[in-house]
Amino acid sequence: MKGKAWKFGDNINTDEIIPARYLNTSDSLELAKHCMEDVDPEFPNKLSVGDIIVGGKNFGCGSSREHAPIAIKTAGIACVIAPSFARIFFRNSFNMGLMIFESPEASEKISTGDVIEIDIENGQIKNETKNETYPVRPVPEFMQELITSGGLLEYIKKII
Amino acid sequence: MGMTISQKILAAKSGKDHVEAGEIIMANVDLCLGNDITAPIAIKEFRKSGFKNVFDKEKIALVPDHFTPNKDIKSAEQVKMLREFAKEHNITNYFEMGRVGIEHALLPEKGLVLPGDLVIGADSHTCTYGALGAFATGVGSTDLAAAFASGKVWLKVPEAIKFIFNGKLRKWTTAKDIILFLIGKIGVSGALYKSMEYAGDTFTDMPIAGRITIANMAIEAGAKNGIFHVDDETVSFVKERSNREFQIFKSDPDAKYSEVMEFDASKIEPQVAFPHLPENTKNISEVGKVEIHQAVIGSCTNGHIEDLRAAAEILKGKKIHKEVRLIMLPATQKIYKQAMKEGLIDIFIDAEAVVSTPTCGPCLGGHMGILAKGERAIATTNRNFVGRMGSPKSEVYLASPYVAAASAIKGYICSPEEIVKD
Repeated sequence: MKGKAWKFGDNINTDEIIPARYLNTSDSLELAKHCMEDVDPEFPNKLSVGDIIVGGKNFGCGSSREHAPIAIKTAGIACVIAPSFARIFFRNSFNMGLMIFESPEASEKISTGDVIEIDIENGQIKNETKNETYPVRPVPEFMQELITSGGLLEYIKKII
Repeated sequence: MGMTISQKILAAKSGKDHVEAGEIIMANVDLCLGNDITAPIAIKEFRKSGFKNVFDKEKIALVPDHFTPNKDIKSAEQVKMLREFAKEHNITNYFEMGRVGIEHALLPEKGLVLPGDLVIGADSHTCTYGALGAFATGVGSTDLAAAFASGKVWLKVPEAIKFIFNGKLRKWTTAKDIILFLIGKIGVSGALYKSMEYAGDTFTDMPIAGRITIANMAIEAGAKNGIFHVDDETVSFVKERSNREFQIFKSDPDAKYSEVMEFDASKIEPQVAFPHLPENTKNISEVGKVEIHQAVIGSCTNGHIEDLRAAAEILKGKKIHKEVRLIMLPATQKIYKQAMKEGLIDIFIDAEAVVSTPTCGPCLGGHMGILAKGERAIATTNRNFVGRMGSPKSEVYLASPYVAAASAIKGYICSPEEIVKD
C-alpha cells in the first residue's frame, strides 16, 4: 500500500467527510463524489486512487454514519492514518473494510504530498519523501480476526 | 476490583461474572435501532450477506425521523426500504409517519428502553438512554446488520470517568448548560472511548428529560456512553411506560475510574457553544453581541415538554425579532399534543414562531430550516460543526431553550434575564 498523503487537522467530523445534505442516498459512488467536501470542496477532484488521508486527533468524530468510511473508501483512498479515531468511525472502518492506522508520530511528521508506504506486516509507516519510519499502534487480536474473516458480517455468520 | 455500572451491564449481557476495561466482548442486545439514514445500509448488508431471518422481531426499532416527512424522492425511497423490511420481518417497532417521533425521545416514551438494558443504535446519539440507567451506545450500519441477524454486538469494555455535580442550579441554568459546560472543560475528545458516569446531588431532583439532555451529548465528548444511576424518578418514569421487568445495576464502591472530576453546579452560568465545535463554550455573560437569523428549539437533546415549557416561559406575550425565524420542534406527537393542551403552541404561534411536526430536520441540515451562506443560528441541538445546519458558510451556536428563546426575541444571543425581569 503506497500513495500520496493528504494532510488534515484535528477533529475532522463526519459532517465534513460527507455532509448530511447528501445522505438521502446510500449509493456509494454518489457519496464518494462528495468525500471531504466541507473541509476542501476540491478534494474529490484532486485525489488519485491509492492516496492516503492523514488526519489529526479524533478523526471521524460526530455522527455514526457509515457513509463516511464508505465515501472515503469508494473515492479510492487506500487508508487513513491518525493519532486517534472517534470510536464509531473506528469500528465502522473495521466492520466495512476501510484500512485505518493509529500513529501519532506519522500524523505529526507527514506533510501533504509526501509519498507514504504502509508495511502492515511489520507495523510500520514509511515516509519515502522524508526518509522516515513511524510505528503503528498494534491492532487488537479480535479486530485482526474480523479482518481475516472478511468483515463483521462474515464473522457473525461463523458464530451464529 | 469492583466494576462500574456500565461494566456490570456489559458483564451481564455477555454472560460473564466480571469484565475488565479494555476487554473485547460479544454481548446480547436488548434493543437495536436504525433510522432512515443508517438502516438502509444495514438492510442492504443484511440481504447481501444472505441472512434470512432477524434475531427477534420485538427487539428491533426502525425509526424514520431524519428526512421525514419525506423531503424528496431519494428520502422517500430510503424510508420505503425500512417500511418493506419491517413488513417482511414482521418488525413490531416500525414507526410510520403520524406515530413517529425523534428516535431518542420516542423509544423512552414508548417504554422500549429500561434500566440495565443494552441498547445499540446506528445513530451516534443512542447514548441518550444512559439517562435511564441503560448501557446505550452508537454504532454503524454494519453493526446494525449484524445485530439484526444475531442480536449480538462486539464492544470494548470502557474505562469510566466520574463527574460529580453538587449544588442547586441557578434560575436560568439547565441540564443543557451542565453538559455544554462539561464539554467546554474536557473537550470533544475528552472522554474518547470512555463512559461518562454522573453523580452528585444536582441530579437528585432533575427530571428524566434533563438527564436525557446530558446523556445525549456524551458523544460530543467522544464518549462511548453517558450514564446515570437509577433512582425513584427513573423507576416511576419507566413503570408508567412499560410492564417489562428490569434489573438495576450500581457501580461498586471500589470501582476504578480513570478520573473523578467534581464541580459546583451552583456556579454554572448559562452556556453558549460557538462554532464550529461543541467545546467552544462561553458563559452567557461573556458572549458579546452576536446577531442571529434563526433559532431552533427542539431535537433529541432538547425537544421534551420541559424544554417547550422553558421556551414558552420566555416567549409568552412576546413577539420574536422581525429579522429572526424561530422553529419549534416538539420531539414526538405525544409531546406536541401535550404542548397543545398546555397552551404552549398558542404562545409559540402568537410569538410568530413556526411549530414543526417531529423531525430531526434542521439539526443535521436535512430540511425544514436550512441556513444560507453567511447566516447564523442559535439552536438547542447538539452539534455546531461546519455546515451542520446548511451552508458550509453558515454558523450554529448551541444553547439551552431559555437562551435560544430569549435570543429569538432580541435578535442577538442573550441571557433570559434580558427578557424576564424577576
